Amino acid sequence: MLEWIRQLGRGGFDFFEKLGRSNLFILKTLAGIPSVLRRPYLLIAQLLSVGVLSLLLIAVSGLFVGMVLALQGYNTLVDFGAEESLGVVVALSIVRELGPVVTALLFAGRAGSALTAEIGLMKATEQLSGMEMMAVDPIHRVIAPRFLAGVLSMPLLAAIFSAVGIYGGYFVGVGLLGVDDGSFWSQMQSKVDLHEDVYNGVIKSLVFGVVVSWIAVFEGYDTVPTSEGVSRSTTRTVVYSAFAVLGLDFVLTALMFGDY
Amino acid sequence: MKQTKTTELLVGIFIVAGVAALFVLAMKVSNLSSFSKTDGYTLTANFENIGGLKVRSPVTVGGVRVGRVSHIDYDSARYEAVVTLEMDSKYDQFPDDTSASIFTSGLLGEQYIALEPGGGEDLLTDGSEIEMTQSALVLEKLVGKFLFNKAAEGEE
Repeated sequence: MLEWIRQLGRGGFDFFEKLGRSNLFILKTLAGIPSVLRRPYLLIAQLLSVGVLSLLLIAVSGLFVGMVLALQGYNTLVDFGAEESLGVVVALSIVRELGPVVTALLFAGRAGSALTAEIGLMKATEQLSGMEMMAVDPIHRVIAPRFLAGVLSMPLLAAIFSAVGIYGGYFVGVGLLGVDDGSFWSQMQSKVDLHEDVYNGVIKSLVFGVVVSWIAVFEGYDTVPTSEGVSRSTTRTVVYSAFAVLGLDFVLTALMFGDY
Repeated sequence: MKQTKTTELLVGIFIVAGVAALFVLAMKVSNLSSFSKTDGYTLTANFENIGGLKVRSPVTVGGVRVGRVSHIDYDSARYEAVVTLEMDSKYDQFPDDTSASIFTSGLLGEQYIALEPGGGEDLLTDGSEIEMTQSALVLEKLVGKFLFNKAAEGEE
């Protein structure tokens, strides 16, 4: 019994130690960002692997999410004779919630896990120590460009997801289900607000980008340098990112849209 | 070197696509009426009952949208709802005996304020109050009145 409580205490210590390490780590990474801006080619290479290569996944997922939303929304709205509101339903749910959240989850699975595995393997094969021996700070050279690329890619990917999703909803709603073309867009435009909805969605995706990239690079840098350690860190990246994104989404939604 | 050029091109395409998507969201999906918010003028109107009127509900004249409801408050001295209308600066030629009514678009649609210009000489200016107002039609009241009339008819 006493042993069990002691273990619980040790788990608590480990948790807070890791939290502290990750905070010191993010501060060092942020301090390394100016040096990335001096060497933009590092950032561009990472934008390619983090952003561009996630593009197809994000766009296709967005298309299908929008199409499903239109199908499901239509079934409910047609009962009230309000199928013209389909555009509002699709646009609001994608711009406010699904765009940032689903993009962040996919981003964690596609790009976050790759970042963790890459950095973890660099640590396991002692490439990071090798850089230190050559007086190259691995945080400036390896971590900061990857972190910055993740933070920059997320809002762009989420915007692409939302735009493609709304057009997916449009194709199903107007093309397949016969909702009126004009009222689909006009109702959407009258109900979706630039500040209230679009900007808040962008802010959400930016926050998720920071959180997911932070978790991914930290888990990679903090990994146990063995094959098993790298595999565990990669799993943890996806799991923690999913928890963090979904939890933060609730908090952000309550803060942004909570007053009515 | 060739490798980097392709990389740069792909990243460039990615950034352009992302910004274009944001642009689509701003222009096509949302209303940009908020941009013209600053150069409008405001009017107020008091209603006994505003029904389901909400902030951002449209204000129309002859079916054309000329403004939006920007604020709804309750005046406890007059026991009336005070509605502030944010009018587009393009439409500033309303006589001071203009009347405002709350209507519903369709049977179950959203409620809006319809202005009916009068024939007065003076014009409404920024901050002036619309004197003649007609409250929202509350369905329950209407049904109640109808039933009451029916019952009265039956007694005769």
